[in-house]
Amino acid sequence: MISDRPILLRTGAAFAALLLLLFALGVGAAVGETAIPLDVVAKTVANRLWHAGYPLEPIDEGIIWNYRLSRAMVAACCGSALALCGVILQSLLRNALADPYILGISAGASTGAVSVAILGIGAGALTLPAGAFLGALVAFGLVSALALRAGRGTSAIILAGIAGSQLFNALTSFIVTKAASAEQARGIMFWLLGNLSGVRWPDVWLALPVAILGLLVCLWHARALDAFTFGTESAASLGIPVRRVYVVLIAISALMTATMVSIVGSIGFVGLVIPHAARMVVGVRHGLLLPASALIGAIFMIAADVLSRVIIPGQVLPIGVITALFGAPAFALILSQRRSVL
Amino acid sequence: MTLSAKNLHWSAGGATILSDVSLDVRPGEFLGIIGPNGSGKTSLMSLISGIRKPQAGAVLLDGRPLSDHGRQAIARRIAFVEQQAETTERITARQAVELGRTPYLGALTPWSRADDAIVDRALEEVDMAHFAGRLWHTLSGGERQRLHIARALAQQSPTLLLDEPTNHLDIGHQISLLQLVREQELTVVAALHDLNHAAMFCDRIAVMQGGRIVALGTPAKVLEPQRLLEVFGVTVDVERDGAGGCFIRYRRPEPRPPRLKLVASEGK
Ligand SMILES: Nc1ncnc2c1ncn2[C@@H]1O[C@H](COP(=O)(O)OP(=O)(O)OP(=O)(O)O)[C@@H](O)[C@H]1O
Ligand SMILES: [Mg+2]
Repeated sequence: MISDRPILLRTGAAFAALLLLLFALGVGAAVGETAIPLDVVAKTVANRLWHAGYPLEPIDEGIIWNYRLSRAMVAACCGSALALCGVILQSLLRNALADPYILGISAGASTGAVSVAILGIGAGALTLPAGAFLGALVAFGLVSALALRAGRGTSAIILAGIAGSQLFNALTSFIVTKAASAEQARGIMFWLLGNLSGVRWPDVWLALPVAILGLLVCLWHARALDAFTFGTESAASLGIPVRRVYVVLIAISALMTATMVSIVGSIGFVGLVIPHAARMVVGVRHGLLLPASALIGAIFMIAADVLSRVIIPGQVLPIGVITALFGAPAFALILSQRRSVL
Repeated sequence: MTLSAKNLHWSAGGATILSDVSLDVRPGEFLGIIGPNGSGKTSLMSLISGIRKPQAGAVLLDGRPLSDHGRQAIARRIAFVEQQAETTERITARQAVELGRTPYLGALTPWSRADDAIVDRALEEVDMAHFAGRLWHTLSGGERQRLHIARALAQQSPTLLLDEPTNHLDIGHQISLLQLVREQELTVVAALHDLNHAAMFCDRIAVMQGGRIVALGTPAKVLEPQRLLEVFGVTVDVERDGAGGCFIRYRRPEPRPPRLKLVASEGK
């Protein structure tokens, strides 16, 4: 348990985690069609942030700063935000299968984004992220209402999520097929599988604050999440204001999902698999599980993005394809291990 | 600290489940609640613990309605052990007990040595210290129940609400648990099914039937053959030991007339 450890160890662990994350970001910026040494990456960052004045190839510097670094940053934010959402939803719903993708929140966010981008809903007053956010909220409301009506049970939530994501995916396809030009349609379909190609610094300035806010809000509620171990009534009798915690945490996961989907499209399996992987490493207490999931999620997404760029020379795969290629078998492994536990 | 229920009404799913229930819990007493399945014991306890809200009436803690107290403030004064609480999380026995410290820990309060000491003591008191490191799903039903009690003890609230605390326990642990709870300087409200345990350990007993309290008083007064027949439908002999104690002996029901058998063979 995190709180049993002396302060020194905790600070050390946090420091090591930060170093690991920086290293992953560096590798994410170094690897690509043209490989660039890590020290050039470091020097580029020094040049740009502190005007260090290292002499570098302008092209290398440009590729690193303008493309790869912003991309790696967004990948990291996205990975940690989705992983955090997975942890929250799995704890609150007490369901090992809950994640934004399976519950249809991602699908709803896509529908919202597409409605704004193609149908022009909101007549310019709604931005794409705002559309995705509204879509995520609508989807979550619909799925939880359905789950409640179906009897609250563990399987009810998952089945409602399946119904919800099918519905929203169908709506998205419908809108795209009906209203988009062929050019638009191809762009949007690519985006729905998850795509980091168009990501630039302004996206970082949206993703980073949301991811950090999400992490802080989650950490603030770490003990509350622990208290849900034996269900909501037990949490209430331990002094947790159950309704408020639900509202805050569901809202923050809708915000994180919606923001990330509006930047990179919907990406499956990260929210589902990373929390389980983190539990195997650090256990179930949220004080440790939340930061560990955020870190592992960030590194996983950076790695997935690098792979998506180098796996087929000259082509970029949608990142959702990579996360599914690795996530699905990993999830199968977790499922088969759970059997022996339960 | 005073805790009382005033004219509670609660309905769920279109049915009235508690009607006009009033109850004063006296400080330091062991109050038993007995009654058949579905008579409303669990419902009453969840209203008293503030987990559910009554549709009419109020639960008063120190003279003020529970809804005026914050959730955390209530948790520091009332600990509740549910009839059933399970988890599929891979937590250890000790971690389950550590949850009892939640009402005292804010988001930024670090876990302290004192918390550790309290958890250690709670584990020892329910005789589970040697299982502290075991994972929850590897424990037996009785061991889990003892950990739930330990969590409530770690919560250090002056009032303990226990819903069938002896569920799953062998007779030795049933008695030692009730004795343990009795020895604490706590106010205890416990739903019990074993009438002899109620007679042995309770200062007062409330009898519930059909969502009402139909009797309230000392065991010797409440546990009467006629009442037990009306409420539980069982025939009993009550032996009194002359010092206020009593023992219940159940009589085996008369064999049923063979009517059912005849009907069955006629139907063939
Ligand atoms: N949420 C609910 N919705 C509908 N009916 C409910 C609900 N909760 C309880 N009941 C009903 O209220 C009645 C009282 O239930 P309660 O759990 O309080 O009984 P109990 O005395 O604790 O029984 P037991 O000895 O079996 O634990 C039961 O008939 C139960 O079916
Ligand atoms: Mg009950």
